[in-house]
Amino acid sequence: MDSHNGPDNTPGSPIRQQDHLLHHLYNIQQQFQHIPQQAISDLATRLALPISQIEGVVDFYSFFHRSPRGRYDILFSTCTSCGDLAMMQELCTRLGVSKGETAADGSVSIATASCIGMCDQGPALMVNGRTITQLSAQRLEMIAKQVESATPLDQWPAEWFRVQDNVRKNGLLLGTAFETGSALTAAISQGPEALLNEITKSGLRGRGGAGFGTGMKWKFCREAKGDAHYVICNADEGEPGTFKDRILLTSHAHEVFEGMTLCGYVIGAQKGYLYLRAEYRHLLPDLYAVLARRQQAGLLGRNILGQESFSFDIEIIVGAGAYICGEESSLIESMEQKRGIPRVRPPFPVTSGFLGQPTVVNNVETLAAAAQIAVHGSAWFNTQGSDKSDGTKILSISGDCTTPGIYEYPFGVSIQKILDDCGAEHVQAIQVGGPSGTLIGPDEFERKLGFEDLATGGSFMIYGAERDLLAVISNFAHFFAHESCGFCTPCRVGTSLLRNGLDKIVSGHGTQYDMDEMYRMATLVKRRSHCGLGQTAPNPILDALQRFPKLFEERLLHSDYTPHFDLDTSLAEARQLTHRDDAEAHLS
Amino acid sequence: MSKKIRVATTSLAGCFGCHMSFLDIDERIVELLEHVEFNRSPITDIKQCGPCDIGLIEGGLCNADNVHVLREFRENCNIIIAVGACAINGGVPAMRNNFTVKECLEEAYLNGIGVENPMIPNDVELPLLLSKVHPIHEVVHVDYYLPGCPPPADAFMKVLTDLLEGKEPSLPKEILHYD
Amino acid sequence: MSNSTNNSITIDGREIPFEEGQTIMDAARAADIYIPHLCHRPGLKPHGSCKLCTVDVNGRAASSCTLPAANGQEIANNTPELKEVRKNITQMLFVEGNHFCPSCEKTGDCTLQAVAYHLDMLDGHFPQFYPKRKVDASHKSIFLDRDRCILCELCVRASREVDGKDVFAITGRGMDAHLIVNSESGKLGDSDISTDDLAAQICPVGAIMIKEHGYEVPIGRRTFDLHSIAEPGLEPVILRKGKHADE
Repeated sequence: MDSHNGPDNTPGSPIRQQDHLLHHLYNIQQQFQHIPQQAISDLATRLALPISQIEGVVDFYSFFHRSPRGRYDILFSTCTSCGDLAMMQELCTRLGVSKGETAADGSVSIATASCIGMCDQGPALMVNGRTITQLSAQRLEMIAKQVESATPLDQWPAEWFRVQDNVRKNGLLLGTAFETGSALTAAISQGPEALLNEITKSGLRGRGGAGFGTGMKWKFCREAKGDAHYVICNADEGEPGTFKDRILLTSHAHEVFEGMTLCGYVIGAQKGYLYLRAEYRHLLPDLYAVLARRQQAGLLGRNILGQESFSFDIEIIVGAGAYICGEESSLIESMEQKRGIPRVRPPFPVTSGFLGQPTVVNNVETLAAAAQIAVHGSAWFNTQGSDKSDGTKILSISGDCTTPGIYEYPFGVSIQKILDDCGAEHVQAIQVGGPSGTLIGPDEFERKLGFEDLATGGSFMIYGAERDLLAVISNFAHFFAHESCGFCTPCRVGTSLLRNGLDKIVSGHGTQYDMDEMYRMATLVKRRSHCGLGQTAPNPILDALQRFPKLFEERLLHSDYTPHFDLDTSLAEARQLTHRDDAEAHLS
Repeated sequence: MSKKIRVATTSLAGCFGCHMSFLDIDERIVELLEHVEFNRSPITDIKQCGPCDIGLIEGGLCNADNVHVLREFRENCNIIIAVGACAINGGVPAMRNNFTVKECLEEAYLNGIGVENPMIPNDVELPLLLSKVHPIHEVVHVDYYLPGCPPPADAFMKVLTDLLEGKEPSLPKEILHYD
Repeated sequence: MSNSTNNSITIDGREIPFEEGQTIMDAARAADIYIPHLCHRPGLKPHGSCKLCTVDVNGRAASSCTLPAANGQEIANNTPELKEVRKNITQMLFVEGNHFCPSCEKTGDCTLQAVAYHLDMLDGHFPQFYPKRKVDASHKSIFLDRDRCILCELCVRASREVDGKDVFAITGRGMDAHLIVNSESGKLGDSDISTDDLAAQICPVGAIMIKEHGYEVPIGRRTFDLHSIAEPGLEPVILRKGKHADE
């Protein structure tokens, strides 16, 4: 088995969800507002894991902390669609606490989190892991009051925590009613080979963005030898601007779980995992309820639908704040109770995945689509879509438009059509597929969604004419530097260099030299990084340099070279210590 | 040769070790002086840099005065060469970057062993410390780098000879060292 | 170019054979072709993290230490473009840590330095990060100076795969990633490492060093004062610490 990140686990001994390290750490974090050193030692003994492995995990994931957070730990999204950092500042001022710090009395801490997937109903925040949407000045003031009066979270008004589906446009998947168990019934009547054939024929490709053929992936895994096979549903939807998996898991969980079960039937797996991003923890009770209903209905567990040789169980593993875990091999590492470091490929998960065994990792939407295809057949699916992109795509639309939300379109739809539907006018740019995707301007709005033109995992962020687009690009650069796992040099160091270089330009201190350097670094990081994170992290910068060069040029100083740090700020500490403020105590 | 190449040198946050190494060119300096005249440099004691062809900068930037001198050199010299480990990455002085300026000054002037009349000096004549020691290329454009602690005399000769001959300076592997 | 009956790959126009299961790095080493690397050491599981060994395989970037050799691969290795990329990556490693060669006992025997020499690196180029990292001198015979760590994980793998211990690990994320010790206190002195362990010897830089062996070989006579890292067969010499390269 290939693993960087900790000792190899014994093959064939999957961790039960209640024993999973991430879940233990979540409970400890909830109880003590941090992970005390003693708790790490105790867990190491209890779980028979090296102390360093547990420390590594604690330090890797954003939602675990080594020093206490507040009893109310508030995280504002940094996303350009569901974040509002001015509001964060207001709340900090209102509650008398600095960003990133915990109040002296331990009552509250306020910090930031990467996109929390509430882009259609922001601004949004999380308090102790629970999401509050549609923030307003008024709501912020009421939150402050609840914190000051130390009102327990479960007594806060329930409507604050309400998360809407906001489905604006139904298509093939969202608009077709699904009868629970119908896909499995169809599968069993066809047999695994015929079903696999049908999935392949449908042309279904991975909905996470990369677009690997689903039928082919299942086939490779089915043919791979192993002690066990696994199905993993990747619900670690972390791409800023994406939230469609949240809707699928809220209102179409049966399709998703049934898709997983089908996959298990095809590849010969008895175990499936849903890896859920921590930001969607609020979905857990309903997801467990759906699983229980499926168990009762004989759609999970032993002898599914009376088939003696068909057993399948599903467990849910909840992440802890790490965008990289959306990368399938990082996700698997995370499931193996390690830091989410992407593995070396090959081998690919289909031959050596979870616990070194053949594993299919599919996107939530892919599995939901597979379930529908099993019922309605491949033709039902692939009569829609474009040449190389069969079927439909569910989009998460956010940003500057009148009706953000969920839209499902056949592949091949033009950008302009989407903009018309969601009420977006005077659009400056769109980030198609999120920060890791493609930034396009108005002269490209006739381009089409699909693997042959604009591939997308579903994020569709719209920026109107009033937006400071350079601030958006800078936001993404900060996001990638924050989320880089640190494994390979180009991404670890390069994303930080890009962030710093862009900050210099955005703040009006950059020169043409800094532009050239940024371009050179962006190219290197994109080409030489280990995994998809580093290989896409420079996209917003490269796209913006190509399509919106003026944005940068307007900020440049017409000078050959300027310092890489602020000279006068660098003297501030010495000025303070010597109580000097004379002319010589400053540098311009 | 009709007109001599003008060279200025200085040591910022350095130890003058690079200058000493430069002087290790020994008698070759006689030949060099046929082609080169020194402007501001500890060798000449000229205090203000005039228009020059080449500026050799030893040492990194640890205080405001270092920045002023570096800028004076950059304005007056066509070519700036960062000489030695400290100019290139801060070197040994940059090891103070593990500490705050407060910790450094308090250790030196208040709490250190043998300190008498403890006080942090604040005379306006004294340059203020930068919060960190920086290599010179973080403030001005540097044309060439001459690594080493110090760079060997041969490396100085090689780079200057290349430049005198109008070539891009290059260091053969034998004299490329960081220590 | 390639011979379809035998297994062969082409590196910079030179056709070399490979055996099933070999990586590009393995095949190149067997043919005495040097591909710069820092996180790779034969006998340990390939890691692919430093990216110094990045090559272009049929035009696509790949790590030669992890990519299996496959018949007919056309590989670019020693090209001006790749030299520049590798120099930039080396410069990244220099500026993200605190590498002060003149005051480091490892100087002259340091692989990071040697690779940088090989690539004609004269400066760090990028702004320095000057991170604050902890030194651990708790062990009586071994010290750990994180300022010099390049996160290659050779020690992590050596301890796990060869020594049968689990002394080291990486924690944190992104630029906060750093080396930790697997002991209750997190101190090396409380771990079960010993000076005979490969993990104690394998560090390519001066991050993990045996105490009480300072400056036994004078600067100027150390391994990379006398040899280029690109010379074939230097690997065992690099591992023999504190000894003159030619002794």
